Amino acid sequence: MRAFTYQRADTTVQAAAAAVKPGGKIIAGGTNLLDLMKLQVETPSSLVDINRLPLDKIEETPDGGLRIGTLVRNSDLAADERVRQRYGVLSRALLAGASAQLRNKATTGGNLLQRTRCYYFYDVTKPCNKRNPGSGCAALAGFNRIHAILGTSEHCIATHPSDMAVAMRALDAKVETINDVGDTKIIPMAELHRLPGGTPEIETSLRPGEIITAVTLPPPPPGVQVYRKVRDRASYAFALVSVAAIVDSTQGRIRSARLAFGGLALKPWRSPQAEQTLVNAAADTTVFNAAASAVLEGARGFGGNDFKIPLTRRTLHSVLAEMTRT
Amino acid sequence: MDEPDSKTTPNQENRFEVTRRTVIETGTTALLLTTLPRAALAAGPVDDNEPPPPPVKVELQINGRPYSLTLDPRTTLLDALREHLALTGSKKGCDHGQCGACTVLIEGRRINSCLTLAVMHDGQSVTTIEGLAEGENLHPLQTAFVEHDGFQCGYCTSGQICSAIGMLAESRLGMPSYVTENLTQPAAELTDAEIRERMSGNICRCAAYPNIVAAIKQAAGLPT
Repeated sequence: MRAFTYQRADTTVQAAAAAVKPGGKIIAGGTNLLDLMKLQVETPSSLVDINRLPLDKIEETPDGGLRIGTLVRNSDLAADERVRQRYGVLSRALLAGASAQLRNKATTGGNLLQRTRCYYFYDVTKPCNKRNPGSGCAALAGFNRIHAILGTSEHCIATHPSDMAVAMRALDAKVETINDVGDTKIIPMAELHRLPGGTPEIETSLRPGEIITAVTLPPPPPGVQVYRKVRDRASYAFALVSVAAIVDSTQGRIRSARLAFGGLALKPWRSPQAEQTLVNAAADTTVFNAAASAVLEGARGFGGNDFKIPLTRRTLHSVLAEMTRT
Repeated sequence: MDEPDSKTTPNQENRFEVTRRTVIETGTTALLLTTLPRAALAAGPVDDNEPPPPPVKVELQINGRPYSLTLDPRTTLLDALREHLALTGSKKGCDHGQCGACTVLIEGRRINSCLTLAVMHDGQSVTTIEGLAEGENLHPLQTAFVEHDGFQCGYCTSGQICSAIGMLAESRLGMPSYVTENLTQPAAELTDAEIRERMSGNICRCAAYPNIVAAIKQAAGLPT
């Protein structure tokens, strides 16, 4: 680990102001950041600890939704009565991620801003355009079993590892931020994470000095909520493919559906076309396949991850069949 | 379980009262502290030309006793326990939060002590494996692990036991797990599947899992 100075922030604006300085970095749970600092993938010269800020509450919003403070721990969010009752897909997604020890530490904002688990991003001896822009992408022709099939570029095929973010994307969550001069902003989840394009080192739409203070959930949409995660182990493994689905159906007919996917891209993936395919449609194999084809439009494998294309199709089929069973 | 034999408030200058037992412990620790490269204490490679960062003061309540430390801010909680306080019950397995051998309880909640900085826990209480027994009386989970052979090599055991304490507390609070069928029920019954899922952050390379599950069930008062 490289040397850094440590300070504790007393206000969010103070934290943002410290983080915007060269080498400044916010630390919350630290479960991803410290891991990366040990490997010198992250080398902040100044660490700003925000753990003592009063941002750890879950509150009702006037419109019937929830506002989740950025420091709410993943385990507390998953166990919150209101989340379990009204946002089951979020609770399930959180419980599908990491281990109990990590969930006790990891925060809401930190979970959203965690970095990819691409092996080559972690290995400082290998080229990686995300870690070292312009150095190349070792995953393209490397061991790419866990990598993306959607929204990739010739510069990066990494995935975003969060389960929580996938559920929040399906729920149309919004991210609240504040910057170093105190300006606040609301960013839809759809716009928080960026696809790699030619600048995979720029991962979110957050500006320098902008920090996440909360995530708001609108009132839950009608329908059943499911989070299905397919992975190499039954527990404590990242998703190969995951689906957060909210489906409103009755007697074999789907009224509306929301589908967000993890493990496929550098951001939680939603396909408006796929969801449109399901509106007022019969819950049958033909329709499920049409939805899967819409999700997978433009999908491309890189050798080791080719299997994700049929796996996504089958996982979606299974989830939709289960959710619409009469 | 070993505990530093000190009746005074231990600190960096006067960490241990010298007894026959601690002569061996402190002797070993002093040797380690003087001969280990800085990298070992600061977790990961360091540039030796780089000046050390300003030290930080950290107060921790460990196993009910106050400790005052002056540390390089890079010191993880695990390294503070093992290298600075000779509380070597918490083990360093992977040092990346993947194995659970370093599990300790902060304010009663289980975490990976390798993935947090000691300074982040200034003023907080830490429970390690050394703090579980009361004198000669083992904690019920320790007894159960012995009775059910919940280990083979034993390296993961202190993490397993601390994790199980945290897990049972979470279960009592009604916290769900990934395998909990009904999220809206107040508290899930601790079935084998629930215990296995809730303990998945603790890897046992000897695969003593069936015995670990049995030990936890016994300590939880469930039929084994």
